[in-house]
Amino acid sequence: MRETFWTLAALISHWRRRPGNLATLVLGLAIATALWSGVQALNAQARNSYDAAATAMSGGGAVTLVAARGGLFDQDLFVKLRRAGFDVSPVLEGAARIGDQNIRIIGVEPVSLPHGSPIAHKRRRADVLEDFFSGEGRAFAAPQTLRRLELAEGAQPQTGRGRQTPPLAALAEAPPGAVVVDIGVAQRLLDRPGKLSRLIVAEDAALDTERLKRVAGDALRLVAADDASELARLTDSFHLNLTAFGFLAFLVGLFIVHAAYGLAFEQRLPTLRTLRALGVAAPNLVAAMACEIAVLTFVAGGAGVIGGYAIAQALLPDVATSLESLYGAQISESLALDLRWGLSGLLMAGAGAVLAAASGFAKTLRLPPLSVARPIAWRAEHHRYLRRQGALALLALVAAACAYGFGDGLASGFAVIGCSLLGAALFLPVALAGALALGERLAHHPLARWFFADGRQEISGLSLALMALLIALATNIGVGGMVEGFRQTFTRWLDARLVAEIYFEAATPADARDIEAWARTQRDILAILPVWRAKTRIGEWPVDIVGMTPHETYATHFPLIEAAADVWTALHAQDAVLVSEQLARRLGVGVGATLDIPASTQEWRARIIGVFPDYGNPKGQLRIDHEKLKRYFDGASGVHYGLRVASDATARVIDNMQRSFGGKIARIVDQSELKSLSTDVFERTFAVTTALNMLTLIVSGFALFASLLTLSDMRQARIAPVWALGATRRELAGLEMIRVLGFAAGAALLATPLGLFMAWCLVAVVNVAAFGWRLPFHMFPAQWLVVLLIALCAAFLAALVPVARLARAAPTDLLKVFSNER
Amino acid sequence: MNARPKNGAEKRSVAISRRSALLLALSSSGALAQGFRGLAENAPGFALPRPGTPLVFPKDHGAHTDFRTEWWYVTANLAGADGASYGVQWTLFRFAMRPNSAGAGWDDRNVWMAHAAATSAGEHLFAQKFARGGIGQAGVEAAPFRAYIDDWVLETRDDYGGAGIERLRVSAGDGNFAYALDLTATGPIVLQGDGGYSRKSDAGQASYYYSQPFFTVDGAVSIHGRKTRVSGRAWMDREWSSQPLGPDQQGWDWFALHLDGGAKLMLYRMRDVKAAPFLFGNWIDAKGATSPLAREDIAIEPLERMRIADRDMPIRWRVQIGSRGADITTQPLNPRSWMGTDPAYWEGPIRFSGSHRGEGYLEMTGY
Amino acid sequence: MSVHASPENLEATRKSAPVLRVEGLCKSYSTPQGRIAVLRGVDVTLAAGASLALTGESGSGKSTLLHLVGALDDADSGAVVLDGVALTVLSEHARAAVRREKIGVVFQQFNLIPSLTVAENLGFQARLAGRYDSAWQEEVADRLGLAELSARYPEELSGGQQQRVAIGRALAVRPQLLLADEPTGNLDAATGDNVMALALDLVAATGCAFLMATHSERLAARLQRRVRLESGLLAAQ
Repeated sequence: MRETFWTLAALISHWRRRPGNLATLVLGLAIATALWSGVQALNAQARNSYDAAATAMSGGGAVTLVAARGGLFDQDLFVKLRRAGFDVSPVLEGAARIGDQNIRIIGVEPVSLPHGSPIAHKRRRADVLEDFFSGEGRAFAAPQTLRRLELAEGAQPQTGRGRQTPPLAALAEAPPGAVVVDIGVAQRLLDRPGKLSRLIVAEDAALDTERLKRVAGDALRLVAADDASELARLTDSFHLNLTAFGFLAFLVGLFIVHAAYGLAFEQRLPTLRTLRALGVAAPNLVAAMACEIAVLTFVAGGAGVIGGYAIAQALLPDVATSLESLYGAQISESLALDLRWGLSGLLMAGAGAVLAAASGFAKTLRLPPLSVARPIAWRAEHHRYLRRQGALALLALVAAACAYGFGDGLASGFAVIGCSLLGAALFLPVALAGALALGERLAHHPLARWFFADGRQEISGLSLALMALLIALATNIGVGGMVEGFRQTFTRWLDARLVAEIYFEAATPADARDIEAWARTQRDILAILPVWRAKTRIGEWPVDIVGMTPHETYATHFPLIEAAADVWTALHAQDAVLVSEQLARRLGVGVGATLDIPASTQEWRARIIGVFPDYGNPKGQLRIDHEKLKRYFDGASGVHYGLRVASDATARVIDNMQRSFGGKIARIVDQSELKSLSTDVFERTFAVTTALNMLTLIVSGFALFASLLTLSDMRQARIAPVWALGATRRELAGLEMIRVLGFAAGAALLATPLGLFMAWCLVAVVNVAAFGWRLPFHMFPAQWLVVLLIALCAAFLAALVPVARLARAAPTDLLKVFSNER
Repeated sequence: MNARPKNGAEKRSVAISRRSALLLALSSSGALAQGFRGLAENAPGFALPRPGTPLVFPKDHGAHTDFRTEWWYVTANLAGADGASYGVQWTLFRFAMRPNSAGAGWDDRNVWMAHAAATSAGEHLFAQKFARGGIGQAGVEAAPFRAYIDDWVLETRDDYGGAGIERLRVSAGDGNFAYALDLTATGPIVLQGDGGYSRKSDAGQASYYYSQPFFTVDGAVSIHGRKTRVSGRAWMDREWSSQPLGPDQQGWDWFALHLDGGAKLMLYRMRDVKAAPFLFGNWIDAKGATSPLAREDIAIEPLERMRIADRDMPIRWRVQIGSRGADITTQPLNPRSWMGTDPAYWEGPIRFSGSHRGEGYLEMTGY
Repeated sequence: MSVHASPENLEATRKSAPVLRVEGLCKSYSTPQGRIAVLRGVDVTLAAGASLALTGESGSGKSTLLHLVGALDDADSGAVVLDGVALTVLSEHARAAVRREKIGVVFQQFNLIPSLTVAENLGFQARLAGRYDSAWQEEVADRLGLAELSARYPEELSGGQQQRVAIGRALAVRPQLLLADEPTGNLDAATGDNVMALALDLVAATGCAFLMATHSERLAARLQRRVRLESGLLAAQ
């Protein structure tokens, strides 16, 4: 204990003398932890919100029954099950517009609700039941939902369909973005009389599936507790994406920590030897070092977790918006402090610190207690270092190839990216050393020869920072390329897909018929395109079925990735469907295959005659003939329409419609508004990615700065002889700057192909696995140029302070090198 | 009770209090909690019982949704083929939050609650259910008579074409117990009070009330999966009203007794916070003719207490009816016949001996 | 203070048990050119208060012998017994304990801990060994002329000052044995003499045994005895 204490004191005294080094170490670890735990916080927040949404009504972990083919089912089925003794409670969920917000309406039946659910707990506290029943009833919403709606308790807003809700009341347990009402009220608000979306099975009731089949036939499907949250599954890929970026950022941070700790270790090596000679046993020495790391982890990791909270806080609105618009998932926007991600941040910090310090520990354990400093054979050491780097790089690249060859899906996609990034990073020093060796051979001027030779010696000190820079640059190119490619594809696709000038949704099917009849009489309206929708489920996947009428609009514009001959005629004449790309991939089918689609009464067998891109849709989609939709799918909601109107008549028609039909129109938007809405969704989705990307770059710039700063002390020893031999300080400072810029340029050069490879991986592997669609691969040379400039700027800024210090170094400082008996 | 009943009619009227008080207790305790706190107040919009209104069957077997509260109550004393004794309880309550709201889907403002129990000497198993009216999950139809909540039913047997309640089937259960019994009436329906109108106090509170104490029973009871054929006697009570009880009522001890020889005796002791316990009884002869018992005619006293569910529950009673020369001591089949429902109370089969012998049901609340 | 021990002193030393006994010590190193036997059976005995100078050419094995005696390295064969304890059979842990409690070492490169002040360096080994004694440390600092420098860092000191700190650090622990490996090798002659005088003075005050390796005959002459290492064997002088 005493021994460890004094050893620790001696070790820690090092930082007193080198606060800069300490700052680098702490900051590096803190930043790495911050990025990691920030992402974790976002993910945790989202997952908590999904869970809240999934369990608010069911008491968590409850088994539910849903319509076997998706969609809604008759309430009679609920009564039938209750009368047969099944302890189930009905729920109706659906979307409604309140003001300009999409709100989930959740109808529950408080009397039969299982005891575990938060609302049911409330029931014990009395008010809920009375509120649901007495007088006008109640609509419960989380306080944040009320804030978002800008409504106070007691307000009775109208829905988009013109129905008034019961007075709103705040209830913290209500899931975010939802309004909880009595089941009967929900049926009225959603215009779904007598319909239910699911049944919660009371937890203590063992469900006899055989008997269930006898009572309900195959109308209902049992959903196990763990996959009840479809939202969680749909959004998994989004979160994996975030996690991967968080990890990447953490990796870059680790490079900093490793570099800083490695430097500190080298600087303290003589001290370590002396300590051993003075009678500190190696294990005690390592114990002291471990204590030091633990303190460091606690301080830096703690700061990192706090930073992570700030990052998550800043990114949360974008994440929430993109999750909502992509998946309809509501995320609570007040970030909850969760012990779990805080702890995970600290653990990662600790793991990172130990990883960074591991080689130091190992060396210390083997460290002989001898004071004799053997002269280091620099060249041999350097070659050994390069050989090791090369071997490790090769290993990483082989791992990448394996992940690509044998892996499948998102994780392996990221493994390919991670391993190839690592491989390339490890290879970077080898490549730079090669370039410098070549330069040395070609140079004639002695100063130039020294420049190259000395550069090689500097590589090992800078390599970690350069590797971090390389990874950040490559990620920048890769992600930037992917996002930009997506943007272009998406915009073009939207143009093709959204051809109708006006889109509207009628409040009820009857209203739709009225509007349709009216529209036929209007001269401005060139075509009425019903886009009725039905829901089904193919395998495990929820699928929307959308009807199409025969019209040249589709034949001319509707984008298809793959199509059989004469696809548009066939669609209406035969039992044929168009399949969205996601669904086709998921089912592993293509043009020519047949599909058995669960329709209202039986399976409908249809041939796939085309595959269309459906970017951004987490569900599968089938496009079929309008008449067939009406024939096979009873539950089709006939309320969605597109209108082709004369080019200058859009505003006039919308105005006319709103005046003529008012509340009969649930929503109406023109094409440009819809496009801007969609583009906004897109921008939000990638805002987080871009932000993390930028942060990573900043971190790597910092790594470079930190490395250069700590190296600059050592540089004096190398530069002083050259200075003594007649080079000016300015000259030497200039050379230093050129060298650093050269290294950065080298990293950027290597980063470009690496980034392109990463973009390809993202487009061809990760996106396909995550979202089910594949984007065309684009290249953006202008972007590469920007990245090169960023690299040079980062290097320039990072080198500025150390180089300036050198240029202004006092001759006595340089002279000290000679007088100092080291 | 604010005022002491002075005559038979008023005493009879107190009979309604038994179940009304249960509702009151219900409204101030757990489950439906404050949802029914309005029950203690006046009931604007709800109908009130009027004297001289004849009860009309089978219509009045059904629900009266213009009244606030109502119940269908069956208790049975049974002997098993295995030689053991059993008791069975089946109860369905209706509470309305708004008058005449029945049959309007989810807008129906009737809430239904049911309690069921099966008792043997060693076991007392019970369950409860809640349901909303209006969608077919729970309700009562007059003819053919059918009362149901989920899979618990009290309904006309298939082999009976009549419109009354002469041939019924009752069943209920949960994972631990179940029973299915056929009830066959061997005597007439007994109208309580003044032709079914049961005045309650000087303030004019009253209810409609009738009973069918003459059922013979045949069926089966399962306890923990062990099924036994049973036969015996059952008693059904029907009551509906809109008016609550006074605030001073503390609880009551109620006896429904089948005397050997065919006569029936209904008795109870109302415990009042401010006044002496109030005693009331009704002697029903084997033909169904009723004779109210004067207060002075009755003496009821607990003989032995037992700690049950953290309460001191009387389990043996001495009952004396002077005018009938009756002096009996009751003994529970299972002293732990505790209904841990919302609200909780003691209800179970008893036997008695002394001047008369027989069996019946005892209910004790408010301990 | 004289470095020449009085006859009485010598007498006393001979009577007491030797602090250090080295017997048949052998050590060889493998080099690209094959194994080189550096020590081939060395015997040394040193009593408390005795001092012995070890001379020889560069590479003759002086440092190797010192490292073996200082429990810093393992011998191939032979025994090193310090204060009755055979170092060669001790565990790494126990040898570390011996180092910090019984042995003081002074190196040619001073080997101070650069991040600690003079005062902290002086007391460091004593603190490690758990026998820090502020009065004694003060005396050591005074005798070595370091009192004024106690708040400085090693890099702010001259070579002679640094070596004085190193000597102080070694003796502050009151070791049984002081080992010095070319303690004045990095110092000019005058400074070296000065440092040496202070060191011997303190050694005498401590009463420890003193073993010093040096290639300087002049320095060696200031110790009670001296031996020469030649071809891995000791030759008495």
